[in-house]
Amino acid sequence: MKLKLPELKLSKLKPLEIVARLRKVKKTTILFHLLAWGVSLIWILPFLGVFMASIRPLPEILNGWWNFDVFNPTLRGFVGAWNHPTAPLNRALFNSLLVTIPSTFIPIFVAALGAYSFARFKFPTRDVLFFVLVLLQTIPQQMVIIPIFRIMISLGLWNNYIGLILVHTAFALPWQIFFLRNFFSALPVEIEEAARIDGASYLKIFYKIVLPLTLPALASLTALQFVWVWNDFFFAIVLISSPELRLATQAVAAMPGRLAIDWTVVSAASIMVMIVPIIVYVALQRYYVRGLVGGAVKG
Amino acid sequence: MNLRQTKIPLFFLAPTILLLTLFVIFPVVNTVYISFLGEDDEFVGLENYEDVFGRRNFWNPQNLVEGNPPPYGALIHNGIWIVLHLPLSLFFGLLLAILLRDVKGGAVIKSAVFLGMVIPMTVGGILLRFVYDDRAGILNGLLRIVGLGDLTRTWTAYPQTILLALILGTVWIWTGFSMIVYSAGLEGIPKELFEAAKIDGASRWRTFRRITVPMLKPATIIVVTMTLLWELKIFDIVWVIQQGGPGGASMVMALMMFLEAFLNRSFGTAAAIATMLTVLTFGFAAYMVYRMVKE
Repeated sequence: MKLKLPELKLSKLKPLEIVARLRKVKKTTILFHLLAWGVSLIWILPFLGVFMASIRPLPEILNGWWNFDVFNPTLRGFVGAWNHPTAPLNRALFNSLLVTIPSTFIPIFVAALGAYSFARFKFPTRDVLFFVLVLLQTIPQQMVIIPIFRIMISLGLWNNYIGLILVHTAFALPWQIFFLRNFFSALPVEIEEAARIDGASYLKIFYKIVLPLTLPALASLTALQFVWVWNDFFFAIVLISSPELRLATQAVAAMPGRLAIDWTVVSAASIMVMIVPIIVYVALQRYYVRGLVGGAVKG
Repeated sequence: MNLRQTKIPLFFLAPTILLLTLFVIFPVVNTVYISFLGEDDEFVGLENYEDVFGRRNFWNPQNLVEGNPPPYGALIHNGIWIVLHLPLSLFFGLLLAILLRDVKGGAVIKSAVFLGMVIPMTVGGILLRFVYDDRAGILNGLLRIVGLGDLTRTWTAYPQTILLALILGTVWIWTGFSMIVYSAGLEGIPKELFEAAKIDGASRWRTFRRITVPMLKPATIIVVTMTLLWELKIFDIVWVIQQGGPGGASMVMALMMFLEAFLNRSFGTAAAIATMLTVLTFGFAAYMVYRMVKE
């Protein structure tokens, strides 16, 4: 099934030999490559477009970012988005980090403890609790938002990052516990039993033995949860309302306005807001994909 | 380990149980309860549900039956989304997974296709708005090049085109997910199966039908379920582009729920919409949940 292009070391070959080598490549193989690259272009073009738009003045964009008759690159878009009068990204990006970092690590910490209990202990309500946990993974945000909104107001945590972080933490627990329980169950229990006999406490066993073995799974959770929280818009617009507290997704959503859009600024803003999750994804790609495919429950 | 120890797991689970009860389980039950309450918190039975179905923004099949352009109502829009988006994103995901497996640079292209899943959906909405823009968008640029210049318009600005434009746009955004899951599924198929088929002289198509497709069933279940849930909950993209407009032509359930609750302060109807959304979600997720529990 593997199709492979024969290696062509052009420098060492004479022209006739190159032609001879190329002939050996099957026509279907070439077609296959052209089709694959062609289809893929559809997925890459909008990103290319938004990048070009972010560094070109508006008249050039309205003329088509793919036209290069005139080309005067500018940083006006990035400066304008950074210091935007109504939705400045310098503030919003910082705010998003302020929410995303604790909302990434707190739930992982809590979920690890919970998942360990499910994987290593038998207790009366375990199976029922676990079933509830699986069910809770599918709950839409819309189903919880009205009571959460009221709870946060009565706790004085509305329009406050602590409230938002608590909600992100709670919402992450079901899928993270499910994911980690499967991982813990696959770990051999013998080491833990030996440590127990040596007199180590459960908490000590958990931190000294189990967690270090779990690092790859924790990397998956970190990558997925960071991107999920950074990208969240629904919890943010309900729970955060002050302009100076707005998060990056709120700022970028507010930027286009109703009528004439300044594509230079909006494109630059889009790039600045999406580059953060993209960096996390690229850095932790292997873990990100493994988490998504392994757990496969995250919407 | 000591299986009789019952206090340890409860101690470990205490923060989980507390947070889930307060911010997920109680709110779910409470939302169902609110959906039965009227404006002064009096019990009104199913009135909110009847009220929601009476609204053209939620349920307007007449336009569809008469062949008029949208709005057809949020529920029907979500339905159309599913009918078009699910098969298309499954098809493209599988196609790309197969094509890119054997192609030079495939891994890099896969990462690029997957970007749609990594970026915030608000930015995804802006990207679509950009692609569909009358003057700045590449779609209209292509139409002008192939001589269809009089078709050009801002595709997201008109009730006739916005729904379809958004659905196709979300295929673009979501294909990365099915592609990645299918790629992992393909890697899991033992090579010997393909080799045996080759020795037996099976054609490519037959190999695909008889080996690839059945072996990808677990991946397909995940992709179908997750895609359905995503289609039901779609919100950010619609918000960024026209906030459900023009004239409700791109209204969807999650957005209508939000507007009812936090714009109109009509919590009863909002809760009714949320409850229906969740019932649909459970219906679609039931099979996957069943498999997860069985494991």
